[in-house]
Amino acid sequence: MNATSEALSSQAAAWSVDPKDRVMDCRLQKIFYGDFLAVRNSIVPIEKNKITGFIGPSGCGKSTVLRSLNRMNDLIPIFRFEGSVTYHGQDIYDKSIDPVLVRRYIGMVFQQPNPFSMSIYDNVAFGLRLNRFKGDMDERVEKALRSAALWTEVKDKLKNSGLSLSGGQQQRLCIARAVATEPDVLLMDEPCSALDPIATRQVEELMLELKENYSVALVTHNMQQATRVADTTAFFSVDISQGGRTGYLVEMGETRQVFEDPQAQLTKEYVSGEFS
Amino acid sequence: MTGNISQAILERDLDSLPQLKGSVLEGRGLRSRIYTGITWLLAILAAFPLFSVLYMLIAKGGARINWETLTELPPSAFEVGGGIGPAIVGTGVMVGIGAAISIPIGILAAIYLAEIDPHAKLAQIARFLAKVLTGFPSILAGVFVYASLVVAMKSYSAWAGGIALAVLMLPTVILTAEEALKQVPQKMKDAAYGMGCTRAQVISKVTLPTGMPGVITGVLLAVAGAAGESAPLLFTALFSTYYINGWEGLSEPTSSLSILIYNFSGMPYDNQIELAWTASLVLVLIILLFNILARVLGRQKF
Repeated sequence: MNATSEALSSQAAAWSVDPKDRVMDCRLQKIFYGDFLAVRNSIVPIEKNKITGFIGPSGCGKSTVLRSLNRMNDLIPIFRFEGSVTYHGQDIYDKSIDPVLVRRYIGMVFQQPNPFSMSIYDNVAFGLRLNRFKGDMDERVEKALRSAALWTEVKDKLKNSGLSLSGGQQQRLCIARAVATEPDVLLMDEPCSALDPIATRQVEELMLELKENYSVALVTHNMQQATRVADTTAFFSVDISQGGRTGYLVEMGETRQVFEDPQAQLTKEYVSGEFS
Repeated sequence: MTGNISQAILERDLDSLPQLKGSVLEGRGLRSRIYTGITWLLAILAAFPLFSVLYMLIAKGGARINWETLTELPPSAFEVGGGIGPAIVGTGVMVGIGAAISIPIGILAAIYLAEIDPHAKLAQIARFLAKVLTGFPSILAGVFVYASLVVAMKSYSAWAGGIALAVLMLPTVILTAEEALKQVPQKMKDAAYGMGCTRAQVISKVTLPTGMPGVITGVLLAVAGAAGESAPLLFTALFSTYYINGWEGLSEPTSSLSILIYNFSGMPYDNQIELAWTASLVLVLIILLFNILARVLGRQKF
């Protein structure tokens, strides 16, 4: 590692959160896809009841980092993680940890709306049934749909296919499905990139409501979105100095500080739109 | 005229109004109509054999379709009346045995091929062999089961017939089910993993239910195909003029529609020949029923 990136890493580490406000603490050293070093040396705390935004140019590894927070990347056979992700005092990459159980506490909303080809009701009840929920299913489904701001639109057609909804509604259905099991952390991987501006606005308002009860990590391609919803912003960039394309955390801090008073030159150039 | 239009477009001659009226009898328009006409004609030609066979079966076999024919035992040489009851039951039972064997094995194999390890050497070999097996001469399935089972059991039987049909149904079930399961979008499976499903749960709760209509279509087409098979039954179930008699009856020679048609159509008696026509019509109707079921049940529910 060269001197510049050393300095950048320490800059990133300089911003720290009081451990008791941290719901997750990702201290990754290296993420590989096969021989390809995708992300290196990034310390990303996820704060409780806040929205942590991940921004950066394409290929900077922000999605990779997000997906390593609930071990979704394990589904890619050539993926390899070095470092630790602490969640309630446990390293989720420890050998004794079952990634399936990790994902039940750390939910995910994907880039493309991906409802199951089932009824709206069954989509939301899916996770509850998976966890053998014994209780008033109707009530929990309604609660989840209400918290996803979808209830009034679908309450009369819960038996209809989840796929019959519009794109924005489908994405809110996916959010309802994710929050139905009341996970601790919600990972959102560019949840608005397939949505139109009106649907985007609805989902953003929803995120702001959700952070009352959940801790959210949000990858976004859209800097305005980060300024609108994120409390904390992590800026990632790509290091092409050694011939590869390795992503790393450049700077992390309160959103306002990152956008108005960026500490690193790279951040300054990125948030001012000089490169993307 | 076309020359003038292109000229106007080329010269951006805004004063000359575009001529958009085409003529049916001219150049491209005419050729397009001729080609459309030819495809119509060929489509009708393709449907012609099916409809003429159906017409012939209804004309020659339709008259004898009644309760007596459908339930009674086949007549002997100079007898009048009689029916094809044992053959209908025999075909049903043997196709049932074939389905009971090939459906679970086929669907599990398809899950392996589509989901568990699609690129493994074993999967590639299995997929290749299944494809070879679809073109397998059906009489060889009969010979194979004759050599391995009939000789050992020292008797033709419904079991042997059912197993021979299973051999023929298996590749269709495997390949269509694999195709149906592969159609399930990866993003749905990702969603299931993201909810905290194990791989078994992803398959049982998302992949299989989502792909089920396609799987059912494949299964029913395999069943329809097997119902019409005659060659594999020649060496395995042979023929009988009686109903299958309980569980023990499954170990004895068994009647089937296709073999009855074969036997009776060669006889010099009008009664038997008439029954062969009726049996053909019944067989076609059974196959048609499964094809319609495949279409109805194969529709996506959601």
